[in-house]
Amino acid sequence: MDETQRRTYWRRNLRLMAILLTIWALVSFGAGILFVEPLNNIVIAGFPLGFWFAQQGSIIVFVILIAVYVWRMDKLDAEFGIDEYEEEVHHP
Amino acid sequence: MTSIQLWTLIFVVLTFGLYIYIAYASRVSSTSGFYVAGGGIPAPANGAAIAADWMSAASFISLAGIVGLSYNGYGGSVFLMGWTGGYVLLALLLAPYLRKFGKYTIPDFVGDRYSESARLIAVLCAIVVSFVYVAGQMAGVGVVFQRFLGVNTTVGIIIGMAIVFFYAVLGGMKGITWTQVSQYSVLIIAYLIPAFAVSAQVTGVAVPQIGFGQILTELNGLQADLGLGEYTSAFSDINMLNMVLITAALMFGTAGLPHVIVRFYTAKSVRAARFSALWALFFISLLYTTAPSVAAFSKLQIINDLDGTALSDVPGWFNTWADVGLITAADGSSISSLPPETVLQYTDVAINNDIIVLASPEIGGLPAPIVGLVAAGGLAAALSTASGLLLVISSSVANDIYYKKLNPGATEARQLLVGRMAMAAAIVVAGYLGINPPGFVAQVVALAFGLAAASFFPVLVLGIFWKRCTAAGATAGMATGLIVTMAYMLWTIDIYGNSDGIFGIEETGFGTIGMLVNFVVTIVVSQFTTKPTPLMQELVEEVRFPGKTTLVAKHAEGQSLEDLDVDGGGKEPPTGR
Repeated sequence: MDETQRRTYWRRNLRLMAILLTIWALVSFGAGILFVEPLNNIVIAGFPLGFWFAQQGSIIVFVILIAVYVWRMDKLDAEFGIDEYEEEVHHP
Repeated sequence: MTSIQLWTLIFVVLTFGLYIYIAYASRVSSTSGFYVAGGGIPAPANGAAIAADWMSAASFISLAGIVGLSYNGYGGSVFLMGWTGGYVLLALLLAPYLRKFGKYTIPDFVGDRYSESARLIAVLCAIVVSFVYVAGQMAGVGVVFQRFLGVNTTVGIIIGMAIVFFYAVLGGMKGITWTQVSQYSVLIIAYLIPAFAVSAQVTGVAVPQIGFGQILTELNGLQADLGLGEYTSAFSDINMLNMVLITAALMFGTAGLPHVIVRFYTAKSVRAARFSALWALFFISLLYTTAPSVAAFSKLQIINDLDGTALSDVPGWFNTWADVGLITAADGSSISSLPPETVLQYTDVAINNDIIVLASPEIGGLPAPIVGLVAAGGLAAALSTASGLLLVISSSVANDIYYKKLNPGATEARQLLVGRMAMAAAIVVAGYLGINPPGFVAQVVALAFGLAAASFFPVLVLGIFWKRCTAAGATAGMATGLIVTMAYMLWTIDIYGNSDGIFGIEETGFGTIGMLVNFVVTIVVSQFTTKPTPLMQELVEEVRFPGKTTLVAKHAEGQSLEDLDVDGGGKEPPTGR
């Protein structure tokens, strides 16, 4: 990778991170804590929605966020031709 | 011997035999095998090992009770979100980069990226945090032995020490990792079977995460009648500010705990490190979404079983656990001191948090073998976490202190011997602390997260994402974060200062403030101190990309940066963030 490619790669990585971390904060601190009271007025399948986010939803979203990250980074690595993963073992 | 004890014994012997066999089959003879399993663990296995390492006796035995009983439902969400959300931070901000950096420990990264004094502070933090934790695990082993087999706590802890000694000293990280994979399997099966059974019995829906919703209205109604406040209503126990701060401290603390971070060094590649984080959180989420469901079912069942029931008519599990003192009258006096015709009110009895999981097979009407399986699961959770922590202590002593500081010329065999001796010594100390726990262990474990958040997290993240973060900045930041947080904790915690603190911030949540202080100090001091060398900045740049790169490879082989001359001399590092 030359200088420009490196910079593009890194910028796209940072943008992906920013999006995912925003969602991370919105479901946990947002839906689970700051807006829990208004959300609790909505009841789905027996769950007050804010309570559901605090005890179930945020955890499920966390797993999905990491899955999306892993998937997008795989695509990004392939695009920049740095996907020769398995040979890369540092410890002799 | 009762049939429950017999089944418990069978499961404990079977699982311990399995752990010993695995350890023997994966014994190691190199330092890299001992510290990081040769960096060759496939991602799903590494994920299961991380999950087992992470989920301690407290997660397995106490979490449901903490959520349902101590924190009355919603308040317990701080633990559910806090102990899972940290993995998103780990996956996105730390795991891939630390894996690319290579080496064996957190102090390795801190020392190589910043300076030797920063390395020393990091070693100290790693050892203190790990010892605090491991004492709790050993105590957990003793508790399980005592409750299920009627064995004296001390004997139980010594049996646990012997097992861990065997597989950790022999197999190092490799033995520990493969043992943890089997321990995860045991603990998750032991957790899910009773959870599904109780869910089916209480709600008619077998999947706990769905059945959970069916009973909330009823539970809220019952709790309101008892004057406890609704199970799902927000901020009845903890106010909004503390909810945010405690959740954040647990999340950032998770991402700063040495025994979790070190697991990403064992992955095969940068890609495998990312996948390890995904698998780990997936495996953890199986238990962490089940626990709050179990909490609600059991609480509903307990209220229904007990409230308004005469003492002579209570179900069997009540008497079993009242006999060992885990259920008492609300004032702490023994249940047996009450006359048998007493009609119980739910609010008149104090039920230990551990009961919800320990008694769930009986509450759900499951047969004795399942109870034995739960005991084996509790032991698996405690032993897997203990072994992971002991490895951090051993590698800190043998790698970061002995090899890096005292005897840099030591041969591989010699380092391995020191590592094994350090491991053995750590097991003995941990066992001693488990048998004679200092009174403050329970509180300190909760505080360990705040300390990890306030000390490690900022310098790790800035070390990767900010090339111009300086050694002086990181050292000052780590020291300030740690001191400020510890001071606040000592000032406010019940057993010492017992002050209300500032704005009523609880000591468990103050780690978040300490972390912000650390960030600010590190960034400000970095503006005025000597920038990292161009080579160091180039190294940090390389860490950001997967694949083999010159500087990182040479660094991993142990050459010091000053000796590296990449493109025939002083290549100007790219400017950028």
